[in-house]
Amino acid sequence: MSGNRRKPAAALAATAAIALFASACTGQSSSGADDDASKETTITFWHGWSAPGEVKGIEATIAAFEKAHPNIHVKVVGNMTDDKINQALRAGGSKAPDVVSSFTTNNVGKFCSSKAFVDLNPFLKKDGIDPEATFPKAMNEYTQFDGVRCTVPLLGDAYGLYYNKDAFEKAGIANPPKTWSEFAADAKKLTKSKGDSYEQLGFMPNYHGYESTTEHYLGAWNPTYFDADGKSNIAKDPAFAALLANQKKLVDSLGGYTKLEKFRTGFGDEWGAKHPFHTGQVAMQLDGEWRLGMAEETKPEFEIGVAPMPVADDEADTYGKGYLTGTIAGIAATSSKQNAAWELVKFMTTDTDAVVNFANAIHNVPSTLEALKSPKLKYDPRFKVFLDIAANPKSTTTPPSVNGGAYLTSLQNLGFDVEKGKQTDIKAGLEKTAKEIDAAIAQAK
Amino acid sequence: MSTYTLRSKRRRSALRTAAFMSPWLIGFCVFFAYPLISTVYFSFTSYDGFAAPQFSGFKNWSFVFNDYPLFWPALRNTLWLVIVMVACRVVFGLGVGLLITKIKTGTGVFRTLFYLPYLAPPVAATLGFVFLLNPGTGPVNSILGDLGMGTPGWFTDATWSKPALTGLAVWGVGDLMVIFMAALLDVPKEQYEAAELDGATAYHRFRYVTLPNISPIIMFAVVTGIIQTMQYYTQPLVAGKVASGVMGGSGQQFEPGYPDKSTLTLPQLVYNLGFQRFDYGSACVVALVLFVLAMAFTALLMRRRSGLIQAGE
Repeated sequence: MSGNRRKPAAALAATAAIALFASACTGQSSSGADDDASKETTITFWHGWSAPGEVKGIEATIAAFEKAHPNIHVKVVGNMTDDKINQALRAGGSKAPDVVSSFTTNNVGKFCSSKAFVDLNPFLKKDGIDPEATFPKAMNEYTQFDGVRCTVPLLGDAYGLYYNKDAFEKAGIANPPKTWSEFAADAKKLTKSKGDSYEQLGFMPNYHGYESTTEHYLGAWNPTYFDADGKSNIAKDPAFAALLANQKKLVDSLGGYTKLEKFRTGFGDEWGAKHPFHTGQVAMQLDGEWRLGMAEETKPEFEIGVAPMPVADDEADTYGKGYLTGTIAGIAATSSKQNAAWELVKFMTTDTDAVVNFANAIHNVPSTLEALKSPKLKYDPRFKVFLDIAANPKSTTTPPSVNGGAYLTSLQNLGFDVEKGKQTDIKAGLEKTAKEIDAAIAQAK
Repeated sequence: MSTYTLRSKRRRSALRTAAFMSPWLIGFCVFFAYPLISTVYFSFTSYDGFAAPQFSGFKNWSFVFNDYPLFWPALRNTLWLVIVMVACRVVFGLGVGLLITKIKTGTGVFRTLFYLPYLAPPVAATLGFVFLLNPGTGPVNSILGDLGMGTPGWFTDATWSKPALTGLAVWGVGDLMVIFMAALLDVPKEQYEAAELDGATAYHRFRYVTLPNISPIIMFAVVTGIIQTMQYYTQPLVAGKVASGVMGGSGQQFEPGYPDKSTLTLPQLVYNLGFQRFDYGSACVVALVLFVLAMAFTALLMRRRSGLIQAGE
């Protein structure tokens, strides 16, 4: 090859190398959904489940899928955190996942807006699946962002109130509280102080009390996080100020932040046998549907009651609703086998038997309206509370945002400051936090 | 010798030098120069790892300094730790080194006892400290309570969390102890003998014999301590998470820098912005702030030390 020819060839090679490098760095994929799902293929599925029972459950679902689609083989990779998923979606490559499931619905906005996951609307349309008629309302909301449905729900979590029936009886409380005022009064009645600590605490209100977060509590109100322009609405919607004011009042009435926080540091792990509700240290617990099975496994010395979470006093007629979240599934934009990947996503999330069997295996709430009514569902009668919360159209969730759950973190940080008395002017705090949320969203856009 | 031959010889010599230096040069370019230049470049772009970086001027800088509420508390904490923690570690390391070089029996045992904590993995050591200092169930507060003393909240109290972290760092001071012991044993004995003959007290011997001899080692300990503290990540993060009771899970909210942002450090922000929010541009801004601070502290100390040496001379 002459020197004259060599130079352009080298330039072309260099350009190609740079283009490949840039493509690899940005994780962009030029492949569309043009693979043939009827041909022999292998796809990779990443999920976050790690407990033996859960892993067995998802493996049984995959086995059922492979039986129904003998040409599609699934390589399953478990125990994946969102951090790992996010990094893999950016890196791409042959080992990157085709189908991904995540426990963090708060990240859906980020997944959709960044185009990390493909838009599933064309796939749903192609198969004649109407998401509005298939999934519960709140689950429909948290699986899409700005008109892009880049995920679908893969089982759900519903939050309710667990209570110690024996402690209720001893305190002379006949029924679980239905409104926030009743709840606060019962929490106080159930609290037995012992020196500078507690023999029994009615409820651990501090936001570090595991699932007692602002976003979960707000399921009791009817909050609108963003206005029509996408700006934070927390300073305008009275639900947020009411929540924080009630929180401060509850913390003070149960002994004050410092005393409660000191008691909290003696709690066992949230996911272990020594959870304070299991041990009887607290008489009520706001938690997801999984707590029932976990608590019963530890054979507590009291009878466990389950009820919907109490609602705001002015929302009393909506009692029965709750906060919903769950696991989501999507198809990586870097996948070159998107049609095959869709077959798996469709099976796991819309096939009634698959959804029911998986829900039975891991004791989660089914995520389709059909599955919620299925006679094949096996559950403790108390679990019905969560099924009803999931099917309740008034149940709420947190809306996806372009920067994921950052707006919830900002709100929660204000909550921390309010409960400990650092921020006394709630209105000013909400205004400042709204500005912080807007600035963070502008930065992410 | 002709000019040509001389020039050729010089070129060969330069090439040889470059060849010998090339491993370092390659390492410097790949692991320092390129990342540094890239960090500066990305700090002026909007980049989330998916779409190609877009130039955004000073947007990230403005966001970090004006709108990111965690930046200033993290900067204050990092500076607090740089000043207090590094000073405590150096003083304690030197003190233990001095004690061990002075004792006559059991040197090996004490040396091992003081060095062992340094080998403890940071996560395990932090978990142990959080357990020991648990205000509700920890043995330290039980003992303090029995003695009728105050029982601080340690890792649950913003006033005590950084002192508790300093205690953890001082507990693992074995690395500095070994360095100081080597330096102390290297001080010429004749100088101590001469000072004693001149009637110098123990304090004067330390001030005018020991300190000048080991000052380069102290400088080394301080500079490396500052750089390490600028990168302080694992211990405050683990302590904050464990003490807050939130170790992660769907929908859980961890208070950054629990309690009350008091354990938040700049490296935690780099991770939060870069690998949780995927705002690489802003993460690069924080990384550059760390770089500038480390350089400024080092330059200041080097200048001060050269001034001291000149004054001593």
